[in-house]
Amino acid sequence: MKTHSIDVHALKRAPARAGDDDVCLRVEELSLHYLRSQNVALENVSLEIPRRRVTAFIGPSGCGKSSLLRCFNRMNDLIEGSVISGRVSLEGEDIYDRGVDVAALRRRVGMVFQSPNPFPKSIYENVAFGLRIQGVNKKRVLDEEIEKALRNAALWDEVKDRLDGSALTLSGGQQQRLVIARAIAVQPEVLLLDEPASALDPISTLRIEELIYELKTRYTIVIVTHNMQQAARVSDMTAFMNLGRLVEYGETDTLFTNPREPQTEDYITGRYG
Amino acid sequence: MKPTDVPEISGALRAGVRRAEPMVWLSAGAVTLALMLLVGLLFLLASRGFSHFWPQPLILLDNVESKAQLGILLDREPVPYAQDYRLLLHLGGEDFFDSPLVWVEEATLRARSTPQAALAIERRDQGPLFAFAEGVDYGEARLELSDWNVADQVAAIRKVRGTAGRVYLRLASGRPVTLPASDLIEVSSPNAMSGMARIRHAFSALGRFVREAPRRGNVQGGVFPAIVGTVLLVLLMTAIVAPLGVLAAVYLQEYAQRGPLTRMVRIGVNNLAGVPSIVYGVFGLGFFVYGLGGSLDQLFFSDSLPAPTLGAPGLLWAALTMALLTLPVVIVSTEEGLARVPRNLREGSLALGATRAEALFRVVLPAASQAVLTGLILAVARATGEVAPLILVGVAKYAPGLPVSSEFPFLHLDQQFMHLGFYIYDLGFQSPSIETAEGLVFATALLLVLIVLLLNLAAVMLRSRLRNAFGTQELR
Ligand SMILES: Nc1ncnc2c1ncn2[C@@H]1O[C@H](COP(=O)(O)OP(=O)(O)O)[C@@H](O)[C@H]1O
Ligand SMILES: [Mg+2]
Repeated sequence: MKTHSIDVHALKRAPARAGDDDVCLRVEELSLHYLRSQNVALENVSLEIPRRRVTAFIGPSGCGKSSLLRCFNRMNDLIEGSVISGRVSLEGEDIYDRGVDVAALRRRVGMVFQSPNPFPKSIYENVAFGLRIQGVNKKRVLDEEIEKALRNAALWDEVKDRLDGSALTLSGGQQQRLVIARAIAVQPEVLLLDEPASALDPISTLRIEELIYELKTRYTIVIVTHNMQQAARVSDMTAFMNLGRLVEYGETDTLFTNPREPQTEDYITGRYG
Repeated sequence: MKPTDVPEISGALRAGVRRAEPMVWLSAGAVTLALMLLVGLLFLLASRGFSHFWPQPLILLDNVESKAQLGILLDREPVPYAQDYRLLLHLGGEDFFDSPLVWVEEATLRARSTPQAALAIERRDQGPLFAFAEGVDYGEARLELSDWNVADQVAAIRKVRGTAGRVYLRLASGRPVTLPASDLIEVSSPNAMSGMARIRHAFSALGRFVREAPRRGNVQGGVFPAIVGTVLLVLLMTAIVAPLGVLAAVYLQEYAQRGPLTRMVRIGVNNLAGVPSIVYGVFGLGFFVYGLGGSLDQLFFSDSLPAPTLGAPGLLWAALTMALLTLPVVIVSTEEGLARVPRNLREGSLALGATRAEALFRVVLPAASQAVLTGLILAVARATGEVAPLILVGVAKYAPGLPVSSEFPFLHLDQQFMHLGFYIYDLGFQSPSIETAEGLVFATALLLVLIVLLLNLAAVMLRSRLRNAFGTQELR
């Protein structure tokens, strides 16, 4: 077992504010309403998420972290009565434009949910799912892509002998890495992770964090977490949210060591609430 | 945990158990009662059904009033208003007696015996014959058998089958009978048989029962066409109801707008399950047979009208009617299965870029497949036992020609067919001599239960294979 010694600080080169060329997702004055709740879920949120970096959303529970994340792949479309205003653009294109193919968007913006949700199929078929719905059915191509995805998700060695076994027999941590493999098999540009480790034990959590660290060279990663240590460990940028508003957004170092807003300081020092 | 906590917890547990105990006993009692009734029913069917094939002893009664009578004892009961018992004797050979069944009062009996030489003869066109052997003719000359021992007699008579010869017999009354070899199916000597021979006889009779077509207004022979008809009907019904029910459930659960209209439709569907099955039969007759079949006849077979081609009861219309009858069960259980599929499976597949239909057919529906199969199991169980609607839409009392054949189109959907359930009804309630057919009724009922069991077992096995394949949580 490798000890966890990622030196995030030494590796970081990101500027305080991402330059235009480096912006992957741009959020402008985004507000979100749910039909069944009185409060706004998101209010006037604007931020820019840099390409091939890890951006963390932190904040107290119910502050709208998941809601914001789900705006990036239009998952909120599925919730009846959700009303959205503002703009979200991926590589300069407004994803809420009329002509946008939502399925294609979701292929570009993969998502991993809080609790592992492997399909009740074999490990192989789980990873193959995204490829199959794109019409990839050649066994040789599938085999290759699936091995690649599982290797990238650091799961290959554990499952290579039982690819035809049910995905539900895997442990929680393995299931979560399988879900990540499933998401990266379709080669997305962005990976959204909604508290990917909150249901896992510390060792599995560590493995996921290592994985995130490895994946960020290829993907833009946005991770929601309620664990501040985790945010500090894995992310380059951090956004602190409270009550549906974006309170502070900046480099992780700065935000944790020298926050601008008193609210942020209260939260990260544990004085919140 | 402090050690003092332990007795506290177990004390609370014990109190809980004590409180729950009456409920536990009550539910266990209910299960036991249901099981006992079921086992009792199966035992009754099995014992009465199997005894039909078991060689019954032939009893020779010497009577003051009439001549000697040889037959099977069916019943013994007190004579009304008299201090006496009477015996119901099945004499066989309706062509020789006014009635094959006679009551004999015990007081009039002079002697009663079970002669070793008595033979039971099964004939092709007439009921059984109980008689003694006189002789046999293989086509050349008469061979006297009277002084042979009974085993040799049986062997000699058996050999006549397939020749152009005849068998000479004598009834208990002394009347001689000549039986052409072509009419002989089986001969046995029930009184002289060893245990092993009895068992062999019973199993060979059972084999013929499931393999052969019925004869003589169904009271003799086998039920093979009825088995084929029943199984075929259920398979066809399943093939129709499965896609229909699943698609309907998918629409109701996934696509229909939630509102009063959908709720009404759902309540309607649930209540359809309670409509008496004969109503479905009437609907099937009116809609499928006369409506659909009649119009198809006018469109495609107008030159052979007024003789109907499709506008007559047949296998297809019966299968459609049964599919309609079982549709609610499949819809309801599929809907429940779909509703139980966790939301995060749907979201997971949509997040991978699946369209709604792809998520539904590749993830959600497979995850609900066990519920679908449960619905189909219930549907099959209901459809196999249903008789009333079939009477109107396609079942026949006697249709030895199977609806499947080796000739194109292999499956003859327009044909009428035989059905075990209807066979039971017909034999048990419509046949002139229920006393002699009773065993057949029980045997057929047992067969029907076994077929339901077999079909269900197949479905259950399929379901557990799916469960293994999907490794669903229920297993672990
Ligand atoms: N489907 C929904 N319908 C109505 N309200 C919702 C729904 N999902 C979330 N909310 C509300 O939106 C707010 C933000 O929720 P969420 O984004 O899940 O918070 P977080 O992920 O930060 O804990 C909460 O007040 C929550 O109650
Ligand atoms: Mg959340």
